[in-house]
Amino acid sequence: MSSASGLRIIDLRLNVAATGNDIVDGINLTIEKGRVLGLVGESGSGKTTVGLAVLSHARRGVEIAHGQIFCGDTEVLGLDNEAKRKIRGGLVSYVPQDPASSLNPALRIGLQLIEVLEAHDFGGSHEARKARIKEMMTEVLLPTDDEYLERYPHQLSGGQQQRVGLAMAFACRPSVIVLDEPTTGLDVSTQEHVLKTIRQLTRDHGVAALYITHDLAVIADLADDVAVMYSGRVVEQGEVAEIFKNPAHPYTRHLVAAAPDIAGKKAIIGLAGRAQSPGKRPVGCSFAPRCELVEDACRVEFPKMVSVGGRQSAACIKATQVASVIVRSAKPESTRKIGEPVIEVSAVSAGYSGNTVVHEVSLTIRKGECLALVGESGSGKTTVSRAIGGLHREWTGSIRLNGRELKTMARQRAVTDRLAIQYVFQNPYGSLNPRRTVGDSIVRPLVIDGKSKDDARRAVLEVLDKVSLPGSYANKYPDQLSGGERQRIAIARALVSEPEVLVCDEVTSALDVLVQAAIVDLLSDLRRQLGLAMLFVTHNLPLVRSIADEVAVMSEGRIVEVGPSESVIGNPQQQYTQSLILATPSIERSMR
Amino acid sequence: MKASILRFVIKRIALGLLTLFIVSLLIFAVTQALPADPAEAMLGREATPEALAALRTEFGLDKPIVSQYTNWLFGIFGGDLGTSYATSTPVGEYIGPRVSASFFLLLIAAVGSIPLSIVIGANAALRRDRKFDTTSSLVSLILAAMPEFVVGTILTIIFSTTIWQLLPAVTYLEVGAPPWSDIKGLTLPVLTLLISVTPYVSRVMRAAMVEVLESDYVEMARLKGMDERTVLWRHAMPNAVGPAFQVIALNLAYLAGGVIIVERLFNFPGIGSALADAVRSRDLPVIQFLALIIAGVYVLTNLLADIGTVLVTPRLRTRLK
Repeated sequence: MSSASGLRIIDLRLNVAATGNDIVDGINLTIEKGRVLGLVGESGSGKTTVGLAVLSHARRGVEIAHGQIFCGDTEVLGLDNEAKRKIRGGLVSYVPQDPASSLNPALRIGLQLIEVLEAHDFGGSHEARKARIKEMMTEVLLPTDDEYLERYPHQLSGGQQQRVGLAMAFACRPSVIVLDEPTTGLDVSTQEHVLKTIRQLTRDHGVAALYITHDLAVIADLADDVAVMYSGRVVEQGEVAEIFKNPAHPYTRHLVAAAPDIAGKKAIIGLAGRAQSPGKRPVGCSFAPRCELVEDACRVEFPKMVSVGGRQSAACIKATQVASVIVRSAKPESTRKIGEPVIEVSAVSAGYSGNTVVHEVSLTIRKGECLALVGESGSGKTTVSRAIGGLHREWTGSIRLNGRELKTMARQRAVTDRLAIQYVFQNPYGSLNPRRTVGDSIVRPLVIDGKSKDDARRAVLEVLDKVSLPGSYANKYPDQLSGGERQRIAIARALVSEPEVLVCDEVTSALDVLVQAAIVDLLSDLRRQLGLAMLFVTHNLPLVRSIADEVAVMSEGRIVEVGPSESVIGNPQQQYTQSLILATPSIERSMR
Repeated sequence: MKASILRFVIKRIALGLLTLFIVSLLIFAVTQALPADPAEAMLGREATPEALAALRTEFGLDKPIVSQYTNWLFGIFGGDLGTSYATSTPVGEYIGPRVSASFFLLLIAAVGSIPLSIVIGANAALRRDRKFDTTSSLVSLILAAMPEFVVGTILTIIFSTTIWQLLPAVTYLEVGAPPWSDIKGLTLPVLTLLISVTPYVSRVMRAAMVEVLESDYVEMARLKGMDERTVLWRHAMPNAVGPAFQVIALNLAYLAGGVIIVERLFNFPGIGSALADAVRSRDLPVIQFLALIIAGVYVLTNLLADIGTVLVTPRLRTRLK
């Protein structure tokens, strides 16, 4: 065992305990000290399962089937319970995805920090431990005074909570650290600080870091090496520059093509189909059913890792030929016809129980145009969109639809006005009634409108076709669908009342990049075909370039900059927009 | 911080007193609306109208209803609870020892059942889907489904009549003697109350604990190397007892009512048997005061549970202004 290697995972397999089906299999990864390996893949690909196995931990219903994991010179999977407890938080530590739910709400942060040191006999005396905590708090740029340490987690912001998580993870000077999507849910400027801290700490202390994420741009910005997971297997690995410049696995190529980037306009391209869950995976290459290069040999056995030069290798029998494949959109980019203003928002202020959070916002959305409303959490963007949709009570000012003044709440508005503005919500899991078939959910607005049964059925089939789903889906229940399919259903439900305006509130933020790209593609098509005016509310700045014609940037309840998306993102005039764009990680910028 | 908690407690106590005031109005309205005439009930059907009128004057029953109420309410504040119609002794003197006997019973049941159900619930959650969990779930379900008079009867059959004759089937307690003077007689009533409360609370405790043990922060505590004892007592328990407090309070309040049946069953001289006697003899002052006492137990237990929940939940505690 070379002393340079911080973490070595050898032929790791984890099973569903009840069935023996593999969740992940054949995982081999090496991370040298002081380096960061980004582990990417879509949800369900097994990233977190691998990450937790490094701490010799498997969640309920999951078992470690075989394999070895060396943290430094210690093999961790074979340890007894007491020895496992000792290495967790000591030799190898973990930074969880959601700091808000991972810090104990009943305990002061000072206690949660010092107990790690006590559990690992770090520091010898109480005074030494307190000093170590102060040192750690300084390193993660948090206050060190006692008053701060006596706070409870809920008294900290999301970014501060994650820094406490980092301080906790680095407290006992681990040799290996597993970071599981630690910046998901944080605003870009907060994310930038947290990433900077992670980079600093891993370099300074020679820690081998496994960074789990679905965000390619973060990997490009932070990591040294990348491993791409698909359906529980590592399908490609290598150095960051190698993988992003020349992906050797067809899946990686699609992943990179689907990722929006803030540094360049690009059409993001989705991919049909989805990865199968454990037990239903195909024999041979699990990506074969979705791959355009597939041939009979792919369906025999899982391909071996093939070196494609440098440190890069891919699990594809055509790895050396993949480079010639160009992932491209089926449709040529067409010019959009932008027409008359449909929605005119002027001087709208809105608030919650007397506190004004939106100040004098004015916007115009034209026929066939997509306006992106971007901003960090708390900027007031959702409040504005809810006011347009008639879902917010407390607002003043004027919102006009085709020149007609709209009433405050949807239920006060005329039926035609109500049907003309449709809202698609962020979470496709929560916005569909689980006890109704999706056909029933879609048909609701028509039933309220008094359409006949046959007309309604025909309309359902028509909108399902518009969102590229087969008519048979009308009889399915939401839990039989994937996240992307559910979001398509939510869009179909909005389309069935033939709206003029579609308000999309963070509609892709719960989706994987390939699915996100497909939904964005769908929305662009619909806009072209139906001449819809679209308000696209998002915190995802890179996405704006791929979907919106115009963009309005919001901060603290005010619009700070508005204009064509190319010029606002490409050449921002306001300082706030500039800082936001600079804080957003970018693959292109990192590869320069 | 400390001052804010004190302010919260004072506010809750004030609200509790307001509740009791409204309850006192209801009690008075309902008892005065009873069709029976206490004077007639005491003197019998053959009593002369003069005798009835004299008795009504003596008890103030001929006064307007509002002044009857205010007299009663101010009397309670002044320590004068009125005179029992049936026994002609002051209500305080008649009820006092019974209230303290019942409270003693209640206290032992509470002190026994709370830790017992927390331990059973937490252990079931820790050994989820294993033998202890399935057994305790089954047993507690069966016990929870049985009314307390059935539990009491079965206990009597087992411990004092048919099977073993270890314990007396009834409590021989002189009115006024301290309740602990007959430990043997106290055992079965306490056991009955214990068995009727513990299943509910332990099931709620198990559910709360299962949820907490599945939480991210408990997984995180294990992943940072905490030993199981610290995980359980420091990380899981404080987050699980908050929800359990509310159920414990409801059950203790329920006990205050349920105690009536248990006291009848074991002939225990507490508020239960006193209330039953008083209703039979239309003894209004006693009924009114006992109803107020039972309402007071409800208000007090809920008050304690709310304060307890706030104290163990930092998010609620720090929100106090």
